[in-house]
Amino acid sequence: MSPRKPTPPSQELIKGVWRENPVLVQLLGLCPALAVTNSVANSLAMSAAVLFVLVGSSLLVSTIKRIVPSDVRISTYILIIATFVTIADMILEASVPAVHKELGAFVALIVVNCIILGRQEAFASRNSVGRSLLDAVGMSIGFTLTMVLMGTVREVLGNGTFLGISVMGPHYEPWVIMILPPGGFLTLGTILLVFSWIKRRGEERAKPATAAAGPAVGKAA
Amino acid sequence: MSDARYLVTASPHLRSRDSTPTIMWSVVGSLMPVAAFAVYYFGPSALLVILASVVGAVGTEAAWGKKGAVRDGSAAITGILLGLCLPAGLPLWMAVLGGAFSIGFGKIVFGGLGQNIFNPALLGRAFLQAAFPVALTTWPAVENVPWWSLRGDNFALPLMGSRVDAVTTATPLGLMKFEQVTTPIRDLAFGTTAGSLGETGAVLILLCGGYLALNNYLNWRIPASIFLSVAAFTTVLHLIDGARYPTPQFMLLSGGLMLGAMYMATDMVTSPTTNRGSWIFGVGIGFLVVLIRLWGGLAEGVMYAILIMNALVPFINRATQPRVFGTTRAKAAA
Repeated sequence: MSPRKPTPPSQELIKGVWRENPVLVQLLGLCPALAVTNSVANSLAMSAAVLFVLVGSSLLVSTIKRIVPSDVRISTYILIIATFVTIADMILEASVPAVHKELGAFVALIVVNCIILGRQEAFASRNSVGRSLLDAVGMSIGFTLTMVLMGTVREVLGNGTFLGISVMGPHYEPWVIMILPPGGFLTLGTILLVFSWIKRRGEERAKPATAAAGPAVGKAA
Repeated sequence: MSDARYLVTASPHLRSRDSTPTIMWSVVGSLMPVAAFAVYYFGPSALLVILASVVGAVGTEAAWGKKGAVRDGSAAITGILLGLCLPAGLPLWMAVLGGAFSIGFGKIVFGGLGQNIFNPALLGRAFLQAAFPVALTTWPAVENVPWWSLRGDNFALPLMGSRVDAVTTATPLGLMKFEQVTTPIRDLAFGTTAGSLGETGAVLILLCGGYLALNNYLNWRIPASIFLSVAAFTTVLHLIDGARYPTPQFMLLSGGLMLGAMYMATDMVTSPTTNRGSWIFGVGIGFLVVLIRLWGGLAEGVMYAILIMNALVPFINRATQPRVFGTTRAKAAA
């Protein structure tokens, strides 16, 4: 294995979008991805809350990483995350009460969202403040894109609307199942299927080059 | 050396003439009378709906399934069975979608024939029921309709709802549950009632399924145990309160019980592999059917009963493994 080269800062930002997408690759944060993506508005509100919490806690954790004893680091992270979640919860309730009501307990559940705790443990606690900020923003963008994609599929099919605006005409027959919980599983499963298919195809295209370089190594592995 | 009498070959030495395609196409054949009766009874709409779901199922298998999987006939069975549990007036695009879902999400995602956990046709039906609850419970009227007329807006544009108000009616189970009206047994047995395409004509389905059972293409223990448990359970209930609970013969002949018990529960892939397991499986289905029909929110429960028991099949198989020949029970050995 070659010694690890420092990744360029831009890489920290864009890795969360595709290569390390929190939902599609790390399979984290599936609970909100399944539960609140029944409309685009809910997906956006949830993503905004996650962006706020993730950026806030990543900044704080990477700032205080040297003074947190490693024995109690997880509980410290959780406390920090919970603080930001409470703020996000209150802001949502004050600004968009209707959406807040629909999201229900899922805003409070961001506390136990593995994307956020995972980034603190895996990244913010061992990287600089700047890199942690880029990482948090990148992961939030990846999360938001997935959430909006799911929300779009489910709202358009299940309700014939996008952000509440009718896109399928007045005679559209909505697929009720898509805004119900099974629709979440079907949509996420299909997206994961397509995503891994695209990824595998990309890997297979890249393979001939490496195979020609060292077939014996490949066989031994 | 070249003496043919001493030819050495690898096992197996005894072969059955049956193969997957033979069995599957026999099932398709045995479904033909049922489908023909549906067409006779519900008019050209029935033919269109069945064809549409077959197109959806076979088309999906041809597009994404294993190479040559269409030829074994299993996708055709799924399509016909799905068509038979849909109402005649359903827009055709819904039937195509249901067929595609059955094969795509019911079979291919699990790895193709033999790998699926749930009966694909029922999965497609469950999807359609959850997606379009109104269209799936709109039963066309059966009396005073000319044979050649369409029984609903079959040709609704894809993704669009029905534009016509068809004359509709309630199924015998719906009548029993919501209006306390009992349909005569004779009508149920010979199919002159409202319902899904293959829900009517209990006797015909029994005969076609019986043909398969005689050929050992389905395990007779499964339908037998379903019928017995439904009959036993409802007899007890009927004796307790005859005014509230219907007679066992009504429960046996109404709704999708016959089609479900004969063709869907007995799917070789999704039913238990042991005979003892088949009894448990059938009794479970019968019990759940009565439970859902009498106390559930829906009028009909055969679909969910079979799907729930499908999910339990791996456990039933594990619990009913026969003792390996030559070994003793653990207790006796100790």
